[in-house]
Order: sequence, then structure tokens, then C-alpha cells
Amino acid sequence: MSQKVLLSATEINIILHRLACQLLENHLDFANTVLIGIQPRGTFVAKRLTKILKEEYKVKHIDLGFLDITFYRDDFRRGDKTLEATATSIDFLIEDKNVVLIDDVLYTGRSINAALTALQSFGRPKDVELLTLIDRRFSRHLPIQPNYRGRQVDAINEEKVKVMWKENDGKDVIYLIDR
Amino acid sequence: MKQKVSNELSVKHLLGIKYLNESDIQLIFETADHFKEVINRSIKKVPSLRDITIANIFFENSTRTKLSFELAEKRLSADVINFSAGQSSVKKGETLIDTVNNILSMKVDMVVMRHPNPGAGIFLSKHVNAAIVNAGDGAHEHPTQALLDSYSIREKLGDVAGKNVVIVGDILHSRVALSNIFALKLQGANVKVCGPKTLLPKHVESLGVEVETDLRKALNWCDVANMLRIQNERLDISYFPTTREYTQQFGVNKALLESLDKEIVIMHPGPINRGVEITSDVADSNQSIILNQVENGVAIRMAVIYLLASKIK
Repeated sequence: MSQKVLLSATEINIILHRLACQLLENHLDFANTVLIGIQPRGTFVAKRLTKILKEEYKVKHIDLGFLDITFYRDDFRRGDKTLEATATSIDFLIEDKNVVLIDDVLYTGRSINAALTALQSFGRPKDVELLTLIDRRFSRHLPIQPNYRGRQVDAINEEKVKVMWKENDGKDVIYLIDR
Repeated sequence: MKQKVSNELSVKHLLGIKYLNESDIQLIFETADHFKEVINRSIKKVPSLRDITIANIFFENSTRTKLSFELAEKRLSADVINFSAGQSSVKKGETLIDTVNNILSMKVDMVVMRHPNPGAGIFLSKHVNAAIVNAGDGAHEHPTQALLDSYSIREKLGDVAGKNVVIVGDILHSRVALSNIFALKLQGANVKVCGPKTLLPKHVESLGVEVETDLRKALNWCDVANMLRIQNERLDISYFPTTREYTQQFGVNKALLESLDKEIVIMHPGPINRGVEITSDVADSNQSIILNQVENGVAIRMAVIYLLASKIK
């Protein structure tokens, strides 16, 4: 097993700032926009972006929620492992809102598909956009593309993209791991 | 609070609390937390079990448990078929295995069964190819009731470990009592049983519980009192002189509660005989968590069904 650094802490920081600016450009004061991080790993991206938007771009208020998609996945009973749920916390209505779904790695698109189904339980949004830090090109099983992408990566199926965060894993870094 | 060590259950069927370990119970509780959030949304349904069919087979009467299971199954998007022995071929002499195998031929993945005979679920699990959930087998076990009772204690008091729980009433005929004793002991609670001596099983101490025949002493000791129903349908001989005398010695009323040293939590698995084991003002008081138990029952049953279904290949 070998691993190489795909993005360093500095690069991740630059990309997060760019993504924050792109969100700002389209949503301005976030009055009618909500950010939803997909559990478990998308929440780190969502929290970082919210922090940047609030502290550096002085956005006063952002609705940030976390969505668990476990019970909506299409691979229940198809793998060896029991799918373990994490907490959903969306304490606002998404009816008629612009929703930005946020995840760390976009791979087959199945998680996003599940997230779109799960979202229906919280109302009918005006529109839904997708932001993803890493976009693994050429590996999609479904017609799903991000509106905001951090870095596009060509990785073969045997490879794994691992995103690590300071608050959870000790440091900010993204590895490409050859299994 | 104990930690779970695995993200899957150690068992393929839920036949009794006796067959579970601490980690299983924690896993069920944590999963139930998520489902409790789901059933409090405006859209209370998730599609997880859309390719699972569940048969609810009830050879004994039930309202609460049957409705709770059915609701839990529907909230998970499972297909549900219901069967009550009263209106079926069981009356024509069909055996249990034949009945269930006929149902399974219709491609059913899971069976939720209530049966008057102790061990019916265990027997069935050895002879048919489906996940079995015991919804009460005679005077043996009622595992989902014990799980939702402990879950409700955990919700109200933060933890089950170290808490003092007294189970009051007919311990001898109660599957709720036995499953509760197993569940509470497994989680590190202290358990006493209290009731007329005729309704306490011999050697009940061997389960690690203490016996107390004075209700006031028991209530002063406990944090939680689980009041059981006097099951007149199971009392084949006279175990106490009159219902009135039982109520005087083992019934809880407001005056008794208020004379205690501290405020305790009152639970009841239902259905309540109002005025017998507890009075109406106690059942409807702030100290009672009887209706929370019912709400938690759906979340717990969703968790159990979800976790068992994920082991069906």
C-alpha cells in the first residue's frame, strides 16, 4: 500500500477560501440559503466553510445543518457490514430555500442520490446545489455533477482518496492511497 | 454508560434479553436515538427496509405491542402482513411450524411473534429460515418491552447503570419482569422485586435481585418504580384474597408518592388497571413516564428491526 499527498494543508486552505468566495458570489448574504453537510465526513468541510464565511467575509448568519443518509442508502444489506447511522441535525425548514449539499469526496454519486432522497423529508427546497472538495472524475454511477468543486482528481477504482482534518485526524491533508 | 464494541448485533434473532450482551443494548439504544429523531420529523418515514417483508404473527391478544411493531415496520418502509390466531387455520389444528412455513413460502424475511407458550420463539428460530423477533412468549420474555423500559430510564435519568429500580406486582407470571431483570442487571442497575409472596417466583434471588415485600420501603429505596399489571387472565388460582387488599398493600397512590423521601419515576408497561396497581392521578402525573415509554417503543422496535434486517443476506 502506497500513499501520496494529493493536497497539503496550505492547498486545502486556499481551495476552501475559493469555494467560500464562489458560494458568496451566488448567495450573497445567505438569507435564503442553507448549508447542509453530509454525515459523517462532509460536516468537516461544511463547518470550515461556515467559519471562513462568518469570520473572514463577515456573513452574519448562516443556517448550517448535518444530514445523515444511512437510512436512505441503496446498499442496505448488500455489503458485509451493518451500516451505522450518525446524527441528523437540521433545526430549520428547507421549504423554498436554496440548499447547498456539502461533501468531501464525490465518487459514484450514490451518497448524493441518497442525500437528495433524505432531503425530501425536510421539505421542498427551491433548488439544490452540490459542493464537493474532491471530485473523482470518470467514476460516476449516476448522472450527478458538482456545482462547486475543490479539485478534480483522476483516480482508478483501486485507489482511495482519504481526507484528513486537523480537528478530527490531527492534521489537514488529503492522500491518494493505492490499495 | 457502557460503550458499544461492535456496529452489529451479536445475534440473528431477538429471542430474549438473555441472549444479548451490553454492546448489543448500547447499539440498539444509539440506533433508536436516530430513529427517535426520524419519528419526530414532519415526514416520519425512511426507505431503509423497502425490500423486506415482515409478518406479525400474534397468537395472543395485544394492542400496544402489535400497533407499535406495525408502525415501526411501516416507518422503515417494510411490507407488513398481519396474522391473528383467532381468525386463522390454527383453529383447524395446524401446527406452529406449518403455519409459519406457509407464511414464509410467500417470501417473508422476518417474523414478529407473540405466543402463549414460553420458548415458542426459540423453537421457531431452530426450524424456520427467517429472523425471529419475540414479541412476548408466555411468562418467559418480552425483550422489546424491556429495551424500551431501559431506554426510557436512560432518557429520563441519563443512565441506567447504578440506578435503583423496583419492579412491583405479579413477578411470577410476568415476561416483562424477567426481561427487565436481565436488561437492568446487564446494564449495571440495582434491582428489587416487590409483591405478594405468592406472586414472587421461588429462587428469584438467583437472578441477582433482592426481594422486598414492604412497598413503602421499596419505593423509598428506588429511583424508578416499574408497576406491573395484575394479569387476571393468567391467575388460574387465587394468589391474593381480593383485588382491594392487593391495592391496599401494593398499589401506588398520590398520597404514598408524596410521603416518600424523594421524587421517583413511575413506569408501567400497560395496559393499566387504573385504581388497582396505580391510581389515575399517579398515572397522569409528572412523575409518570408511561406515555414516553409508548413513544420510545416505536423507536426501539425500529432499531431492533433495522439491525436484525441488516443481517439478512
